[in-house]
Amino acid sequence: MRSAEETVRDVKSGATSASAEVETALAAIKARNDELHVFLYVDEEGARRQADSVDNAIARGDEPGALAGVPIALKDNLCTRGIPTTCSSRILEGWRPPYNATVIDRLLAAGAVPVGKTNLDEFAMGSSTENSAFGPTRNPLDPSRVPGGSSGGSAAAVAADMTPISLGSDTGGSIRQPAALCGLIGVKPTYGLVSRYGLIAFASSLDQIGPFAKNVTDAAMLLEVIAGHDPLDSTSLPEPSPSLVAHVNDGVAGKRVGLVRDLVDGADEDVVRAVDEAAQALRDAGATVVELSIPEFRLGLSAYYILAPAEASSNLARYDGVRYGLRVDASDVTAMNEATRTAGFGDEVKRRIMLGTYALSAGYYDAYYGQALKVRTMMIDAFARAYTQVDLLLGATTPSVAFELGSKTSDPMAMYLSDIFTIPTNLAGEAALSVPFGTGEHGLPVGVQLLGPGRSEARLFAAARVLEIAQGR
Amino acid sequence: MTPLPGDWEMVVGLEVHTELKTATKMFCGCANHFGAEANTNVCPVCLGLPGSLPVLNEKAVELAMAIGVALHCTIAPSTFHRKNYFYPDMPKDFQISQYDLPINKGGYLDLPDASRVSIERAHLEEDTGKSTHLGGSGRIHGADRSLVDYNRSGVPLVEIVSGPDIRSSAQARAYAAELRAILIATGASDGRMEEGSMRIDANVSVRQPGAPFGTRCEIKNLNSLRSLQRAIDYEALRQVELIESGTTVRQETRHWDENLGETSTMRTKEEAEDYRYFREPDLVDLAPSDQWQQRVRDGLPAMPAERRAALAALLGSPSEAQLDAVQVVVDLGLESFVHAAASAGADVGLALARAANELAAGIEDLANLSPSAFTATLQLEQSGALSATQAKTVLGELLASGGDPARIAATLGFEQLSSDTLGATVASLIDEHPEEWARYRDGDDKLAQFFIGQVMQRTKGQANGKAVIAELQSRR
Repeated sequence: MRSAEETVRDVKSGATSASAEVETALAAIKARNDELHVFLYVDEEGARRQADSVDNAIARGDEPGALAGVPIALKDNLCTRGIPTTCSSRILEGWRPPYNATVIDRLLAAGAVPVGKTNLDEFAMGSSTENSAFGPTRNPLDPSRVPGGSSGGSAAAVAADMTPISLGSDTGGSIRQPAALCGLIGVKPTYGLVSRYGLIAFASSLDQIGPFAKNVTDAAMLLEVIAGHDPLDSTSLPEPSPSLVAHVNDGVAGKRVGLVRDLVDGADEDVVRAVDEAAQALRDAGATVVELSIPEFRLGLSAYYILAPAEASSNLARYDGVRYGLRVDASDVTAMNEATRTAGFGDEVKRRIMLGTYALSAGYYDAYYGQALKVRTMMIDAFARAYTQVDLLLGATTPSVAFELGSKTSDPMAMYLSDIFTIPTNLAGEAALSVPFGTGEHGLPVGVQLLGPGRSEARLFAAARVLEIAQGR
Repeated sequence: MTPLPGDWEMVVGLEVHTELKTATKMFCGCANHFGAEANTNVCPVCLGLPGSLPVLNEKAVELAMAIGVALHCTIAPSTFHRKNYFYPDMPKDFQISQYDLPINKGGYLDLPDASRVSIERAHLEEDTGKSTHLGGSGRIHGADRSLVDYNRSGVPLVEIVSGPDIRSSAQARAYAAELRAILIATGASDGRMEEGSMRIDANVSVRQPGAPFGTRCEIKNLNSLRSLQRAIDYEALRQVELIESGTTVRQETRHWDENLGETSTMRTKEEAEDYRYFREPDLVDLAPSDQWQQRVRDGLPAMPAERRAALAALLGSPSEAQLDAVQVVVDLGLESFVHAAASAGADVGLALARAANELAAGIEDLANLSPSAFTATLQLEQSGALSATQAKTVLGELLASGGDPARIAATLGFEQLSSDTLGATVASLIDEHPEEWARYRDGDDKLAQFFIGQVMQRTKGQANGKAVIAELQSRR
């Protein structure tokens, strides 16, 4: 399958067409979707229509856009007009949004071709895509293993060569962790860089949409298209989309990199080794690598599991059976709300709604939510201090390579620990990406994480590109 | 107003919700318009559809600041919170409101009787949709069906919270009336209580003078000044009776039944919702710049108290009835007519009376009447060219279809009776009513009205009352 960069080049030159690329993608989906359960919905008709319009634009001599003819998979928590959008939840089964998320409109305007909606942990709550009400997604590299989560479907779509790029969302690691487990680039952009309008909220102050790709350039191309101020999102940063692709080959010469012990300790040996090798590769390219300890990072997980569920408990209140989605009738409206929510939400969603409701309750707010907010402030300060010494941080993305289906489903805490290295970035609202670096146990990919301050995406991409080059890619 | 028995004193604080008169809703571009077909002014944002996000309407902020300035509040950097509870007319199942950091805090409102009520805060929040419960109980639980109209969902509101400074139902009413006049004057609200654009919750407790505040009850959703006053009187008396019978008042939220004239329990303190307030992560902090605040201050028109004072000053030493008329004229924004008449040298008392009555009655058609036509009509009346009845008729015509007062008077046949005709009419009436004439002549002035009435009847209202009296006097 062509990369996004190659697709755009070849579609523009006439070496291929958007329609041909879409047929390739649809065929790849057809070949493996039953086995892997990547897509919840494939929009063949819409994809062909969009591909035609790109091809027609090229035939007319019009500029077809920065992602002309590139098939793309969309996490099913992004609203797509007229196309089912479920968040992998029974409670939204059958609902078709009357509007597009801002990122979808930007993709269409750039000539990208959305082919369908991918599986996720219900409402993006999980780290393995096993919490989907419609069944788990399997890792294309080893179908006995999970692809990670919550954006497991979008990661698997790219890993299985169904589409060259895809979109996920990252609240505590939901892009970076599956990227690591599937051997992809996955980016959690700076909070506010990408509009959240039309992203179905899990935890509003942490959620960001970001790209999956097989290479740094493709990820940068996609992020450039979706980033930039959106008046429909009050938390959107005021600046236009940054220039990223142009800086992919800037290198790391003279850059100071902090290897963060707290983002490595406790990880499996193969993961620790990959991070050390990545540090060496950055040194070889002219960066200075120093070891740092940021002990505040160890508080991240606890704070996250207060803040994210608290916001979720409020964000998910609207699924009450009154206006859309599932309704389970009962004797009166309160009983109907309860019956609907009992039937419509899965166990993990219920667990987090209860945790969050508790954390915000009168008499508990200060001890839980208030305390977690203080940790969040500490985290922001800790990052800021680190960035006075270094330009980038380096660590592991996940403690281990892809794990087997079912191995953590009975132990929520073990599952939550999958995100221990990715959560600090979300709490601070900063940028990070995962880039594959070497292989670990069972020949599975290992992801290393590069972290930077707000709006440092270009710097992160340049460093990730250095690691790609070091692996001969 | 019913006084409480013994030394009992009521303590009342009011929470007034007012819808803001913005073109669009608080967080989306939907029209803010009362009376549209159900669920037509809606979009993903005000329906709370998954993925939608709020964007704050600047005009709502501006009107909230105008209210704050008019109530002598401090405009402060503020934040938005989510107030979480389930209710079908609230599409997100939380309300975006302001909590610990409101946009306006610490002001006051002076009432016409010179009492002052403190304002604790005036904060921004969004309105909910509107439910209609059909069949069964007619309330949400026990109705056969409930219908929800989300046109009102997301309409901007300001909630104005008074201190517990009010001591009678009449004062509560005066506060609400004055606040309403201020809201209308700022342009923030149309003040239409019957359409729900201004709604009041009353916190009521009773105590012995000087004692600490008693346990309070909150009466929800009072939608007229009359209901407000009646509900407070009823509730205060209920509490006094409870205490005097040896029971205690239970803190609770109560419902006012206008037909029964009673309050009843909606929910007790134990049943009160835990709203789990937390900062609304989808909105950023609100900190209006000094320049923006100044623009709002500069743009604020004169408030009703100031306008009433200006009008009263024209009258010199106004009577009680004239002060009432001043209030009406200012409430309805009719003072430009009185000022125009006054500067043209017309009688101010007459102008005030005609404005408070005839213009107030024809307020819907006011656009047809110019201040100069109003003044000209008054001058015709003062000169005796038109009787009072004729002048009122001319004003009615002017309001209905505009035009020139003198020409309208001519068209209606309101020609001045010559003094000869009037004299002849009076003379013949004296002949026909010798007894009444005798009594009048002997000093019974009340009989003048009898003769005026007779003259009016005979002349079909064309006579001027003052001229009739002059004629009678000359024959006494």
